[in-house]
Amino acid sequence: MTGHLIFENVTRRFGSFTAVSDVTLEIQKGECFSLLGPSGCGKTTLLRMAAGFEKPDSGRILLNGKDITALPPDKRPVNTVFQNYALFPHLTVRQNIAFGPKIAKWSKAETGREVDRMLNLVDLTAHADKKPAQLSGGQKQRVAIARALVNKPEVLLLDEPLAALDLKLRQRLLVELDAIHDEVGITFIYVTHDQGEAMSFSDRIAVMNKGKIVQTGPPAEIYETPRSSFVAAFIGDTNFIDGKIIEGTGQAFSRCEVEGLGIISVDNDQPVKTGDKVYLSLRPEKILLSSLKPSAAPLENIISGKVEDVIYFGSHTRYWVRCGDWRICAEVQHRNFLLDEKPPTWNDEVWLRWHANDAFLLDQYREEDEALLTLPETP
Amino acid sequence: MNRRREWLNTAPSFLWLTVFVVLPVLVIFAIAFRPTLGGGGIGDGWSLDAIRSLWDFSYLELLSRTVWISAAVTGLCLLVSLPVAYAMARMTPVWRARVVLLVIVPFWTNFVIRVFAWQQILHAEGWLADRLRDLGILGENDRLLGNAFAVILVSVYTYLPFGILPLFAAAEKFDFGLLDAARDLGAGALRSITTVFLPGIRQGLMTAMIVIFIPMLGSYIVPDMVGGTDSQMIGNKIAQRNFGDRNLPQAAALSAALTLLVIAPMFLKRKKNEA
Repeated sequence: MTGHLIFENVTRRFGSFTAVSDVTLEIQKGECFSLLGPSGCGKTTLLRMAAGFEKPDSGRILLNGKDITALPPDKRPVNTVFQNYALFPHLTVRQNIAFGPKIAKWSKAETGREVDRMLNLVDLTAHADKKPAQLSGGQKQRVAIARALVNKPEVLLLDEPLAALDLKLRQRLLVELDAIHDEVGITFIYVTHDQGEAMSFSDRIAVMNKGKIVQTGPPAEIYETPRSSFVAAFIGDTNFIDGKIIEGTGQAFSRCEVEGLGIISVDNDQPVKTGDKVYLSLRPEKILLSSLKPSAAPLENIISGKVEDVIYFGSHTRYWVRCGDWRICAEVQHRNFLLDEKPPTWNDEVWLRWHANDAFLLDQYREEDEALLTLPETP
Repeated sequence: MNRRREWLNTAPSFLWLTVFVVLPVLVIFAIAFRPTLGGGGIGDGWSLDAIRSLWDFSYLELLSRTVWISAAVTGLCLLVSLPVAYAMARMTPVWRARVVLLVIVPFWTNFVIRVFAWQQILHAEGWLADRLRDLGILGENDRLLGNAFAVILVSVYTYLPFGILPLFAAAEKFDFGLLDAARDLGAGALRSITTVFLPGIRQGLMTAMIVIFIPMLGSYIVPDMVGGTDSQMIGNKIAQRNFGDRNLPQAAALSAALTLLVIAPMFLKRKKNEA
């Protein structure tokens, strides 16, 4: 393998609980890589193993092709930005950042120069002599980033660095973090449970669940072509539809019978044959919702239903529509001022339309993942 | 209005301190300036005899011994208490409660009886001394009892809970994630303790130091029971003046001097803080 940081069949158990189960992962040099998953999925344990705070029960961790599995944290060219910042309260901002260089016995001049450069990078020069308790949450987080980066690590590990901040600040820091990544150019591994952060920040994402990596890929690939119902439901929102293939229409498309909904066209994202049971993920924003019946076209699926639930989000509105035995979620973007539109409301009859390409065939479906949806159907 | 409330709020503790601390100390100071009447009596009028008796070089030796024994006990107590407090803070709450109980349990036995027990343990013909002699660690004429070693050992034993409990209280509030951060930034295990953990529990260290060192300066039961002539402390001298010589003004003068010695650094520190 040629990656910068490699996990090779890594397993970590705590008592009878397997936090990380046989994970193999290759992260490239300079990549901005996210570990995304719900709490307890093992992402933080995986990160702590990269930092050296946890030792794997089996498997190896390689950095630049060198086995670092047995190295203690202080001997690894890797630094961490902790979730709760973990700034030293008895030291000033400047002393916090200079902590690593002091341990590494850099010269006074070099330490001073590098600390100043870091203060400048995170825009905290004016606060250099304050104690952590005098800083805001966002400032503390920037100190934590500077304190880690000043050591010139090969890999920067970020453990939910923005989790304690409010939404606007989170978005702004995410942009700053992205700029810092561009500037320093080192490998970033970013642990988060927030799919928005992972999508906007990373080159690649590994989605984790129950100690395993369930899918790895660039953000758009993860979002548009989720292989399992877990990925589809955890990242964004979706509709799960199951049916039976009744006939192929050429190479690329099939006809699929969905009990209680009708016959729909599907894209053959994977090879299917007549009689196969299939599970589809259909994203709400792919569905066009209208009050008037849309004109028919090949490969367009058109069904009618009645609005059951509406949630207004400002930029868009979500509708949950009862279609036969199914409850389907569709999203409508507001392009016009809401007063100019005449949006459908509760109990309105509406039409749903989507192209066969826009639903995706899942490799794996588990019913429990329905619970991850915004408004799961209550039986 | 505000001032009045401040007065009312501090009145109870002020009253308490006045009645049980300030007045007794003033009485002691006053007695130091009285003539003695032999047989334990205190004469009328004023006299500087007791104060003049302080002018004795043997006191200087006694004082330096008192200070070094107290300092040694304080240092050793902290040295033993630190790992204990650290371990306790990292335990699960159930184990923590058990260990706190174990630390406190010895208090249920009377202090003097515990020191008697040590007398037995360290006795020249006791089991321990015999074994140490068999192993050649203890010479034929060496003794465990009746010297500064015994005083320090038994005092450390006595004051250990006063070291463990304040350090534990501070360590319990310490964020151990900071140790991870220090390790992450390249500090070894020991270095991260000295650079992050110790500053983090500074308040507990100060408390432990004060509650061990200051009572140690006045200790007299332990040196009296397990110490020898070469390990007597100021407390013993005060007791001797009081119970042996029945010279209350001299005993009072010595106590007053010790009290001033303890208080002076605090006033100096206060001055420095105000400046």
